[in-house]
Amino acid sequence: MYGKGIMRGLSVTLKHFFQTYVDDLRYGWRKYSPKEDNFEMRQGMAAQGAFTVQYPDEKLAVPERFRFVPFLVVNEDDHPEAPGKDWCTSCGICAKVCPPQCIWIVRSEDPNTGRPIPEPEAFFIDIDICMNCGFCAEFCPFDAIKMDHDYELASYDRTTSHIHDKDHLSKPTSYWNRIAPTRAAEEAEARGGWEHIDVIKERKKAEKAAAKAAKK
Amino acid sequence: MADLNLNELHDTEFPLPEQMHGNVAITSLSKLYNWSRRSSMWPLLFGLACCAIEMIGTAASRFDFSRFGMEVMRATPRQSDLMIVSGTVTKKMVVPIVRLYNQMPEPKYVMAMGACASGGGPFKEGYNVVSGIDKYLPVDVYVPGCPPTPQALLHGLITLQKKIDGQSLANLDDVPWYGVGPSEPTPIPILGPDIIDPRQMDTIRRQAELAALGQPIGLRALPDVPVYKPKPKKAVAAAAVVEEVVVDEEDAARVMELRQAALARKRAYDASKS
Amino acid sequence: MTDQVLPEKVETTDVDSAIAYLKDKFPSAVSDDTRDGYSGVIVDKNKLVDVARAIRDELGYNYLSSATAVDYHTLGEPDSDMEMVYHAYPITGGGALVFKAQTPRDNPEIPSLVNVWPGADFQEREAYDLMGIRFPGHPNLKRILMWEGFLGHPLRKDWKEAYYEEDHKPFSSRWPSGNVWRAEEKNAYGKNVRYPDDFDLSRLNDVSEESLYEGLGLGVDVQAIEGTMHTDRLVVNMGPHHPSTHGVFRMVITLDGETIDTLEPVMGYLHRNHEKIGERNTYLHNMPFTDRLDYLSSMGNNLGYALAVEQLMALGPRWNPPSYRAEVIRVLMAELTRIVNHLWSIGFLLNDLGAFFTPMLYANNEREKILDFFEGVAGSRLMCNYVRFGGVFQDIPERIHSVQNMVNDRVRDFDSMKFLTELVSERLPRFLDEYEYYLSENEIIKARCINVGVLPPDEAVGYSAAGPLLRGSGIPYDVRRADPYSIYPELDFDIPVGERGDIYDRYTVRIREMRESLRILRQLLPRLEATKGESVAGTNAHTPRVPVGESYGRVENPKGELGFYVVSAGDAKGTQNPWRYHVRAPSFINLTPLGRMSHKQKVADVVTVLGSIDIVLGETDR
Ligand code: SF4
Ligand code: SF4
Ligand code: SF4
Repeated sequence: MYGKGIMRGLSVTLKHFFQTYVDDLRYGWRKYSPKEDNFEMRQGMAAQGAFTVQYPDEKLAVPERFRFVPFLVVNEDDHPEAPGKDWCTSCGICAKVCPPQCIWIVRSEDPNTGRPIPEPEAFFIDIDICMNCGFCAEFCPFDAIKMDHDYELASYDRTTSHIHDKDHLSKPTSYWNRIAPTRAAEEAEARGGWEHIDVIKERKKAEKAAAKAAKK
Repeated sequence: MADLNLNELHDTEFPLPEQMHGNVAITSLSKLYNWSRRSSMWPLLFGLACCAIEMIGTAASRFDFSRFGMEVMRATPRQSDLMIVSGTVTKKMVVPIVRLYNQMPEPKYVMAMGACASGGGPFKEGYNVVSGIDKYLPVDVYVPGCPPTPQALLHGLITLQKKIDGQSLANLDDVPWYGVGPSEPTPIPILGPDIIDPRQMDTIRRQAELAALGQPIGLRALPDVPVYKPKPKKAVAAAAVVEEVVVDEEDAARVMELRQAALARKRAYDASKS
Repeated sequence: MTDQVLPEKVETTDVDSAIAYLKDKFPSAVSDDTRDGYSGVIVDKNKLVDVARAIRDELGYNYLSSATAVDYHTLGEPDSDMEMVYHAYPITGGGALVFKAQTPRDNPEIPSLVNVWPGADFQEREAYDLMGIRFPGHPNLKRILMWEGFLGHPLRKDWKEAYYEEDHKPFSSRWPSGNVWRAEEKNAYGKNVRYPDDFDLSRLNDVSEESLYEGLGLGVDVQAIEGTMHTDRLVVNMGPHHPSTHGVFRMVITLDGETIDTLEPVMGYLHRNHEKIGERNTYLHNMPFTDRLDYLSSMGNNLGYALAVEQLMALGPRWNPPSYRAEVIRVLMAELTRIVNHLWSIGFLLNDLGAFFTPMLYANNEREKILDFFEGVAGSRLMCNYVRFGGVFQDIPERIHSVQNMVNDRVRDFDSMKFLTELVSERLPRFLDEYEYYLSENEIIKARCINVGVLPPDEAVGYSAAGPLLRGSGIPYDVRRADPYSIYPELDFDIPVGERGDIYDRYTVRIREMRESLRILRQLLPRLEATKGESVAGTNAHTPRVPVGESYGRVENPKGELGFYVVSAGDAKGTQNPWRYHVRAPSFINLTPLGRMSHKQKVADVVTVLGSIDIVLGETDR
């Protein structure tokens, strides 16, 4: 019969229309309640209708591996030994692997000897160029640069705010632990502790020396 | 209507200088005006590159920007208020983009979506890529990211709405379309041996004259201003190192001024943050 | 148009005997390519057309996959330092016959192969545009990506752009004293522009538009033309801003009443200089750039590029091929990508037909589910950047997990294997059933699609069409079968083909391909379970050493055959950058028959024909 195909199509549309409401009823008033876990369900496999994420009232959580513009990991401000110290050693690997070359690093130098100090004096990322590829985080041997999850960066002016300098980039270790606990734990295990890898190495050295001294 | 008290309408919670009494109704009117402008912002249906996919994703049911009154994506510039420049702007494409912008009726807004539209993005060094649409059009909101996720784009749209909320009918800078005469169209770039911005004709001509005199053109050494240096203790030997390259003094001074202003703004911003 | 021969008429020969045959037949014109790491033959350019005919008709290598130019500026001999490289394949499956023609750089000229393979049309125009090689015999040798009047041929090695900084990345200004500046601050115009030294504004004229309308037969006195109806011919410009051109694509159409007389695609509105940038990048740098080619199927692009570079790396020492699990994950991602892409393209095809957005939204709902998976595994919804040389970025996490913090206010946490299983065995099959029920029998769709935009099989081969466009015309050519890579040989799947070669066939081929992909995915799940724990990491070097040579890696991407032609100059310069990096883009080459398919169609159908080719401008223009 001519027109049957069209009717079939329309029936599917109608079904979808009702499905959304049926599901709505199923979740009822809990729909917007942040405490209920039905948000996950509505956005998951089981959902039947079309469900809108009510951004900005509710936000779709981003997974741990999510990558947006990078940030630098630094020690906490209340770190007992080196508050606010950069984890970055300005080794320059991230600047080399960055595909569009948007990382700029000024290496610190000892003002007296002129020898490099493992610490960046300045660190810039031009987020108007950055392609959020994650290579910098992947290849940094010191776990010092990580991909941020904060995507709410819209601004009215780019000349002043779109080159992120070191102040802007630096975020404490606890921030990284909070946005990606699993990854952070894995990395800490690989390093051998929650501290910067250099600190861990130094501690081990000191321990060894102490043990040696004790033996003698 | 008889008992309408004009003073009540003009009454605000803020203390007002004497001469402004009786004029304040405009703030309430602005509010209404802003509300209606920002709640029916129709974007131009116009995708450039990868970011456009995320823009369509934002328009689709999961993120759905019709919640902000933007459901009607118009394919014609004549009916749209917002141009979302979603992706890499190439030199070949900037000509139609400027033309489209000129065809949009006021009030119109431009949003640069993604790294490419803001400042060239990963393809910035390419010979056919325009490093940022703001070289040709005034941009209201920049949304960084490559690509910005739908939620980031929504955040950008909300930011734009906030900007509109802050505008006032009393300020002609905010509502230039109520000024005198029609607004100037943006000059349309020309495709020559390379793209030519008609606003730069004079510079180009001057450079060509200088070239005819055998003086080098091309790269210009700008005075090194450590704009983004956080630690001033070892500032790069600043300024004065202008080499024997032809530098248009006036132009350089202007650029310098702009940069200083930007620096001041940046410092003020930093100060306000801390 | 062409004297193309159908595949079954000729016997195919394997590559070695084919080369022997050629050398026998053209002893003075054909010689082996003896350079280190190169393969194939070098053909004297004066004999090129004859040799190409023999390759096509006598040897059965009748499918010209790729034709591209290489500029050996400082590497080659001065009298032969530009080269066209052709890759021809038998349409029945098998390896490539690579043949090259060389020409001096200061007067580059190579006879056109358009009469042998019409599919060479756009590729030769591209070589003319970007490299400046002229092709005598080409009917329409104009610039294709840049505009007419642009200065120079940008892919030549000595051509430098306005923001040129150094020949190779990484740039030395970034570290250790990287005081930041923006590239525009150093340009006299504050923009990405550079004018010739003797640039005279008074002589400026913008010829880019006029040249488009040349040869369209405008200004012809219609009264003088024979025929009964005398209507003026009308030129319609569609695009680059048009809602149904799928991006910034433009068509210049001449109409005779409602009927399309000629159609000329105009592209380059998204030409982002992928190849020029790619030759400056290191091998690894290019990986995220490939994401931005066909931005709907980034995983597939990654895989194709990785295959090309891996072919070269395999020549060198210390090469570890990807582990079995890595291969499984690669195929898993490639097939998911295929579904993502086809969902999108069918949704948009329906959009073009006038079913405004409803089918698109339904398809997008399912697509979002797969994107969630990509985001959890690779970190980004679109730009996955997931494949690495010799492996993949990271294993699939056990749980796709997010935590509550200042950015997220909801938490998601699901078992990734369970998510995948549910997706592959329940949700997507259910959706496809419904979708087919929803659309396939619809009378309007059938009336608009059947016998519209027909591409006969012999022409499809001649035009180097690929992917669903080729298979819709009834040619069962799929790189996964014809020239298998990764673990496809051990997987069980069919290659759907159409019968009539019209839009409806392309639509059904896509639907059936999604079902085949699901079938593959179901076979992959047990393999994933079985290989749990195996390492998937690739080489950990950030500038991997790549030996000298050329390679052509190709994959069956959702849009068709995606090839990467990479030439490595090895350590010659101490840097590790590809000397030549070329993308054989299916969206680009599939557009070659667009004019042919639209000829004598109604103007309303042209958007559907375009939609059924399924192009993505990032890949078309690169
Ligand atoms: S790779 Fe890591 S340690 Fe090295 S410069 Fe970059 S952020 Fe610093
Ligand atoms: S994410 Fe990629 S593009 Fe961005 S800074 Fe890191 S390496 Fe560079
Ligand atoms: S910002 Fe990134 S995603 Fe957006 S258009 Fe540019 S390259 Fe594509």
